[in-house]
Amino acid sequence: MMRRLMSNRLAVPAILSLLVVGLFFVMPSSFYLRVAALVWISALAVIGLNLLMGYAGQVSLGHAGFFGVGAYSVAILPAQFGLHPLVSLIVGALAAALLAFLVGRPILKLKGHYLAVATLGFGILVFMVIGNEAWLTGGPDGMPVPRLVLGDWRVRGGEAWYWITGALMVVGSWIAVNLVASPTGRALRALHDSEVAARVVGVDVARYKLIVFVISAVYASVAGSTLALVNGFITPDAAGFLHSIQLVTMVVLGGMGSVLGSVVGAAVLIVLPQVLTAFHDYEHLLLGFLMMAFMILLRAGIVPSLSAAFAGRRA
Amino acid sequence: MSILHVEDIGIAFGGVKAVDHVTFHVEKGEVFSIIGPNGAGKTTLFNLMSGVYRPKFGKVLLSGEDVTGREPQELARRGMSRTFQNLQVFFRMTARENVMVGRHLLEKRGLFAHLFALPATARQNRESAEAADRFLDRVGLAAYADMPASAMPYGALKRLEIARALAAQPSVLLLDEPAAGCNPVETEEIERLVRSIADEGVTVVLVEHDMKMVMRISNRIHVLEFGRTLAQGTSAEIRANPKVIEAYLGTHGSKEASVACR
Repeated sequence: MMRRLMSNRLAVPAILSLLVVGLFFVMPSSFYLRVAALVWISALAVIGLNLLMGYAGQVSLGHAGFFGVGAYSVAILPAQFGLHPLVSLIVGALAAALLAFLVGRPILKLKGHYLAVATLGFGILVFMVIGNEAWLTGGPDGMPVPRLVLGDWRVRGGEAWYWITGALMVVGSWIAVNLVASPTGRALRALHDSEVAARVVGVDVARYKLIVFVISAVYASVAGSTLALVNGFITPDAAGFLHSIQLVTMVVLGGMGSVLGSVVGAAVLIVLPQVLTAFHDYEHLLLGFLMMAFMILLRAGIVPSLSAAFAGRRA
Repeated sequence: MSILHVEDIGIAFGGVKAVDHVTFHVEKGEVFSIIGPNGAGKTTLFNLMSGVYRPKFGKVLLSGEDVTGREPQELARRGMSRTFQNLQVFFRMTARENVMVGRHLLEKRGLFAHLFALPATARQNRESAEAADRFLDRVGLAAYADMPASAMPYGALKRLEIARALAAQPSVLLLDEPAAGCNPVETEEIERLVRSIADEGVTVVLVEHDMKMVMRISNRIHVLEFGRTLAQGTSAEIRANPKVIEAYLGTHGSKEASVACR
């Protein structure tokens, strides 16, 4: 029964929907709702990055660059061209897709560490452009983001954003599981395990790497736009190297090739530092220690390792 | 017109001529075997034919069309499929999913339908899964369908590769040592399988070390040594060729080969 439930493609979006709805009723204050909203936003970006890393096996150390494109789109486009924030979000996603397409064509030919360094370079490039073009982006100080207004509704407050970001994350997970279970998803997983075997059955490996790179860039961009709208302010750190590393860490910690793991990884890495503030000076020490412990004890990532242990016990 | 024509082909790695001016042609529906001692260039020749390597000189013609230096996925589109000597299985996928990837070119590949799970995608998945189950059954792996490939035994993985290659419905199938590492019973099963594939009109190019199998199954045999052609002919001709006996079969091998054909 449990297995049949888990093998259903829609199990993961269903679980996440229940999680979003259920958590809402146990959240004691709007501060917690805000933290949860941050988790949903990061989870969205991480699901996209997991499609690239966990399923297709291609690394990106510059994904915050796409996150930044989305974030600054909803800041710049309304300010400069008077576009509606939602339109700006879509334009930003398209821009991120185009950028991923142009950048991906040459660098996705690289493999492993070389690809890692090339994507790292891309991320730094975006970060530097944002930091230097102060007339447009406010430079290192960042810039304000206009409030989202839908009709008569001025979207504000922890509760509203909790539902919006939660819904976005669930939709993102639904699209991801759809993709994974489709012919495209099988091609991506195949080229992860053996490029040459994928090619001899007709998979255009370069094309599929590019497709998943573009898709994951769109996820990051939408997440970036949403964060900017929630915070009402944006700084270049959103596009920075540390943020890229954080996204990669969330993928690996939660579980490569697991949509549910993406959400868990994001939750752990966002909630844990909040919890650890109780330890004052030892906060970062403990965070580092816990992350190492997670990877040593659950080496396939939290969700895949635990579900394997669970399946093993029942068998 | 022969379905596969390899003309004066060659490649060198760091000065070593791995394949050197090799020419042969394969007729439609025959089993054509390539044999030779280890390091003779058999797998390299396969890689040249299937587009994994680009030849330094020479030509490959598939159904009369020049496909020299084309990418493997393009050759797949023109009806060529292959297996690998060192397993190239998708270990993170189930047996069924492995074979479903073999259907790639026969699948509808609209990205929009995949992202939003339109009914066409579910239909396509069902079709591909059914086809995969047919091919798994064909190679005797029906019982493994839902097993992750990483949990399957070696002999089964060899046949899984054949099922995946067959799923692409090729007109030319290159098999690189399908019986390597298999026990005599498994080897016999693979021989029967190759026979039945050829009987359906699929052209089979075979690299294999099991001489009994090669001698029984091949319409013609091409012998390589140090990347060059040593001999070519029917089983009987190859068995009787003194150069081949000296270079490869040896006295033991030729005995084994003749026993096989008695």
